Amino acid sequence: MSDVTPVPAKGPVLLLIGTRKGAFFVRGDKTRRNWSLSGPVLLGHVAHHLVLDPRDGRTLLMAARTGHLGPTVFRSTDLGKRWKEAKRPPAFSKAPEGKRGLVLDHVFWLTPGHPEQPDVWYAGSSPQGLFHSTDGGRTWTGVAGFNNHPMREAWCGGAGDGTPDGPKLHSINIDPRDANHLYIAMSSGGVFESVDGGKDWRPLNQGCAADFLPTPDPEYGHDPHCVLLHPLMPDRLYQQNHCGIYRMDRSEGRWVRIGTAMPKRVGDIGFPLVLHPRDPDTLWVFPMDGTEVWPRTSPDGKPACYVTRDAGKTWKRLDEGLPGRAWFTVKRQAMAGDLHEPMGLYFGTTSGELWASRNGGTSWTCLASHLPEIYSVEAAELAK
Amino acid sequence: MKVYIPTPLRSYTRKKAVIEAKGETVGELLAEMNRHYPGVRFRIVDEQDGIRRHIKIFVNDEQVPDLGTPVRPADTVHIVCALSGGVGFPPRHHRT
Repeated sequence: MSDVTPVPAKGPVLLLIGTRKGAFFVRGDKTRRNWSLSGPVLLGHVAHHLVLDPRDGRTLLMAARTGHLGPTVFRSTDLGKRWKEAKRPPAFSKAPEGKRGLVLDHVFWLTPGHPEQPDVWYAGSSPQGLFHSTDGGRTWTGVAGFNNHPMREAWCGGAGDGTPDGPKLHSINIDPRDANHLYIAMSSGGVFESVDGGKDWRPLNQGCAADFLPTPDPEYGHDPHCVLLHPLMPDRLYQQNHCGIYRMDRSEGRWVRIGTAMPKRVGDIGFPLVLHPRDPDTLWVFPMDGTEVWPRTSPDGKPACYVTRDAGKTWKRLDEGLPGRAWFTVKRQAMAGDLHEPMGLYFGTTSGELWASRNGGTSWTCLASHLPEIYSVEAAELAK
Repeated sequence: MKVYIPTPLRSYTRKKAVIEAKGETVGELLAEMNRHYPGVRFRIVDEQDGIRRHIKIFVNDEQVPDLGTPVRPADTVHIVCALSGGVGFPPRHHRT
């Protein structure tokens, strides 16, 4: 484990909200008691993901599309006041004449690059593609080592193998010790790793169930919903999967299902994961109903967050302040944590509500309602 | 020739509803438009040179199937954002 534990943040927090109808911002003062909503920006665009570059504290990228005009990335360098479209947005390579070529439907995920590569960003897409920018998001190129990998089609399957609104590449994680060590996850496809900056990839799914496939222990084809590497313990990964909650310590080499300790009536299916920035044994999940036809609402319509503080051995329900009955879904990018102490947690719902906790999920308050369907929530720390 | 621009594309054409452009095919016309209005072509045509699903291009009164369709200086071109909504259709991920 790294011996440099980050100092808790004490400044204002800016919540970046991507919705089906544009982006919104919710700014909290340093007490995190007073919040103000602004937006929408780019009204009418589907905003899949907004991310602030932690390396400069001012560059924001937004993965967006409209129904008619297709996918793109927008960029702002003044915390969201003005936006400019990427000069060359992510796109797959043109196929040779007579060959089948991939068409990008939407950019789904954005990840800033390694701290030693200040203008590098990665983007994941639907259908599954990996893209790279070396100029702060102005121009993008495909990561050929993945997009043109001879196994890509086998790994990704067809268009019908993904989520209801298309198969996705997401959860791009960069090893803080090595900028060339990358992880990605695909719904569906599974978790993959590259140790050479994306030139080649290998599956990393051993131990993880894929009970929707006919093969008992496949090498790939799994459905990770969200995968996170802990920055203080980069050989530890957590995964919220279609088939449960998992942890992998690389020395063990296998995913271990830690969701089996969740209450049976709740189960361990869900979309998002949030890690504690200073404690690799602590994480939060937001369970959903993954039974029968997959309603994806909270089990029995009773929303709750669950936390483990011992790397998955035990879980505690956190629902004080949340509605007793509600029928929303929390999507995979729609839950985030800040860097304060106690840690703040935030989630957005498909019914357009934004919820916050200033005490690590112990109690919750609603910050905003009547927003469009929320696709993503990120918590950014501001200097002032 | 005159090219009529739908409202969703006018942020690329500096708010112009009608522009002038040249070319012997629809593909050349769009390339010429993109030189004057960077980025507009990729909003009309995807990376496999297919006309986007909810965009239609008409030369005079005829909808064109692809970028190879010839055009003449006297033609009038309409770029249309087709009516669309909901999420009922799975996205098309491949184009031949």
